[in-house]
Amino acid sequence: MKQGNIKVALVGNPNAGKSTLFNALTGMRQKTGNFPGVTVEKKSGTFRIAATNGHDDAHVTLVDLPGTYSIYPKSKDETVVMDILANPKHPDFPDVVVIVADASNLQRNLLLFTEINDLGIPGVLALNMLDVAESMNLTVNAVQLAMQLNVPVVRINARTGDGIKGLKEAVKQVAERTEQPALQYFYEPKENEIGLINEVKEIHHLENDYVALQYVCQHDNFSFLEQPVRAKLDALIEKYGFDENNFLANETVARYEKIKPIVSRAVKSQGATEQPYWTRKLDGILLHRVWGYITFALVLLVVFQAIFAWASYPMDMIDAGTAAAIEWMKGVLPEGVLNDLITDGIMAGVGGIIIFIPQIAILFALVAILEESGYMARVMVIMDKLMRRFGLNGRSVVPLISGVACAVPAIMTTRSISSRYERLLTILVTPLMSCSARLPIYAILIAVVVPETKVLGIFNVQGLVLFGLYLLGLLGALGSAWLLSLFIPRKEPSYFMLEMPSYKLPRWGHVGFTMYESVKSFVLEAGKVIMAISIILWVLASYGPGDSMNVAEQQVVSSMNTAPQEEIDAAVASARLESSYAGQFGRLIEPVIKPLGYDWKIGIALLASFAAREVFVGTMATIYSISGDTEDVLTVKQRLIQEKNPETGGKMFTPAVCYSLLIFYVFAMMCMSTIAVVYRETHGWKWPMIQLAYLSVLAYVSAFVVYQVLS
Amino acid sequence: MNLNKERMSARTVSHLKKGEKGIIKSFTDRAMSLKLLEMGCLPGCEVRLDAIAPFGDPICINVGGHYSLSLRLNEAAVIELE
Ligand SMILES: Nc1nc2c(ncn2[C@@H]2O[C@H](COP(=O)(O)OP(=O)(O)OP(=O)(O)O)[C@@H](O)[C@H]2O)c(=O)[nH]1
Ligand SMILES: [Mg+2]
Repeated sequence: MKQGNIKVALVGNPNAGKSTLFNALTGMRQKTGNFPGVTVEKKSGTFRIAATNGHDDAHVTLVDLPGTYSIYPKSKDETVVMDILANPKHPDFPDVVVIVADASNLQRNLLLFTEINDLGIPGVLALNMLDVAESMNLTVNAVQLAMQLNVPVVRINARTGDGIKGLKEAVKQVAERTEQPALQYFYEPKENEIGLINEVKEIHHLENDYVALQYVCQHDNFSFLEQPVRAKLDALIEKYGFDENNFLANETVARYEKIKPIVSRAVKSQGATEQPYWTRKLDGILLHRVWGYITFALVLLVVFQAIFAWASYPMDMIDAGTAAAIEWMKGVLPEGVLNDLITDGIMAGVGGIIIFIPQIAILFALVAILEESGYMARVMVIMDKLMRRFGLNGRSVVPLISGVACAVPAIMTTRSISSRYERLLTILVTPLMSCSARLPIYAILIAVVVPETKVLGIFNVQGLVLFGLYLLGLLGALGSAWLLSLFIPRKEPSYFMLEMPSYKLPRWGHVGFTMYESVKSFVLEAGKVIMAISIILWVLASYGPGDSMNVAEQQVVSSMNTAPQEEIDAAVASARLESSYAGQFGRLIEPVIKPLGYDWKIGIALLASFAAREVFVGTMATIYSISGDTEDVLTVKQRLIQEKNPETGGKMFTPAVCYSLLIFYVFAMMCMSTIAVVYRETHGWKWPMIQLAYLSVLAYVSAFVVYQVLS
Repeated sequence: MNLNKERMSARTVSHLKKGEKGIIKSFTDRAMSLKLLEMGCLPGCEVRLDAIAPFGDPICINVGGHYSLSLRLNEAAVIELE
């Protein structure tokens, strides 16, 4: 009997609603989405079950796990499930397993249930998606099921929270049982398997036949078994002539033989069972030979229009707001160094970034809608054949699309790709998808160089250019995948096989929360880095070695004494910046970036953006507000437009420079977190370094070509 | 030899036309059959071709009226029909 602290694990088929249930129980916000393979690692949370009839409150530690169709893992993410369930010493080994089953497809969902049951871990069956089952004319008799399966069965709706209370009670009851009922195996081992099972049980001190069979079949996946132990198990397999594939096929068929009659008694159908009406209708269009691609292109176009056109109104307001705030602050604070640091350094840097909140919010909301509706799974289908040409898989679409938000979680989602080769290729090319940190850079440069006009009356040209940049990133990703596939040997076959979930209306609260979260982390995470860099940069740009800055100022003043005061001021500010630490540093790297069309000021921003790409815009804001004339406060965009090229006397940010910068940022892998996550996912420095090298070369060469051609 | 010929010409899920139904008889690939069995594609189960992606591959089949499964043509070719 277990009281006080209970450990519970959520297992079930992919997309059965485990993470949604996890969130409902713990009040946390794990990522959910309407396609298989959303959760790729275990996540823990806690909740309490209130006291009932004489028992104390129970504190529950809940673990959400990746979905699996059986306890035999088919991809990297799925291995964690059995690594926990087969090892009672694992810190997450549950007292009670909650098996979340999709009631609209009960037969298949019960396969996993019977396997978990046979492992001998006390379980509760949670019937989810009953609303979907109903729309398919199915009714499920939970009492009947509970009797036949010999476990508590609870009807829930993870989305609305119905039945959660009953589920908690059932979990508590099972955990507090003084005596576990005798285990009824759904799979009885065959005669020729019994000898092997008994020997494994004896060696490993196991009590359960099925766990022993798992030692036999899966020991290579069990992190808790040492190498010599695994070798011994291999020897046993040899000794008994155990044929694993044969066993697996027989086991699965035998289980279904048991499940079928149970399901046919518990599930009744009124009329023909069919997928929900809307799912059939929508699939008719969205998976259509012709309409499939047309609708996909339209969806993407709407996304980019939204990011540019809809976001522009709040952005203009924020832009004007920060300029006004800086101006006000300049007046309020006493003049001097502190004033400059706060206004030109911090406020200019942060202001350069918060302007992008509307775009980030819209981007994340739209990706959340794609994921929640079930459309993502269809995109995987219509893109699979294309992806295969480049050595990828239809499933690579998920990391590529979520890479538009951020490459770090995107690279983690590759764990659900079963072929290691395709997974590696996907990891290597995902950073080419333009992430949200690049959006500010694109936005500001596009605003400078592309006119704000419309074509065909509806398409904003700036939006189209943005679309083009994302497309270029995608083409870069596909092209690189193809190139890399020529050098990396493919070892295992590739699979697709994907369950199509029924379409679901996105939960607007969830979409709103995703938006809020992304903005919060953008502002906090980026904000921290930007704040730090702005301050460092401001110091480096305001001070120089020895007396160099004053010397430079004297020189300018004496050489320009006839010019109007305004021009002198601007020239002085610029000369001072140039002789500061930052300026001298920029000068140092100028020869390298000169062929791309960048001067030392851009060079400083480029270097700073190695910390995080979004720092680029903030840095530009800081640099140009220090070097610009101080009379009136300008927005970053205005400053870039006004900036003169000292050599030609014309504009600094010519189309050639802007496009060269844009292309550079499309390809460059300037992100420490991405390098770190690739290191973690590939277990070594080899791949992140190869990736960094090829992306840097790609970025430099393409920016060079663009600048040389356009100028 | 005879058996081989018969195998070559056996009707598989990849031969289905849109909307056409068939009943699963057996599988021709070991590794693939394990996955398919776990996904609920059992011998005796009725399948129907529901959709064909642009470029003709992958396809979506309805499995026993329960759910929709998408697979590549070479994966579908492993499932023989009665
Ligand atoms: N209609 C309906 N939808 C549900 C229900 N429970 C969950 N969903 C939706 O089903 C989808 C999948 O939910 P998740 O919680 O991400 O599924 P999961 O089991 O964690 O999936 P993986 O992490 O991929 O294994 C989401 O879009 C949920 O909103 C339910 O009871 N009814
Ligand atoms: Mg999940």
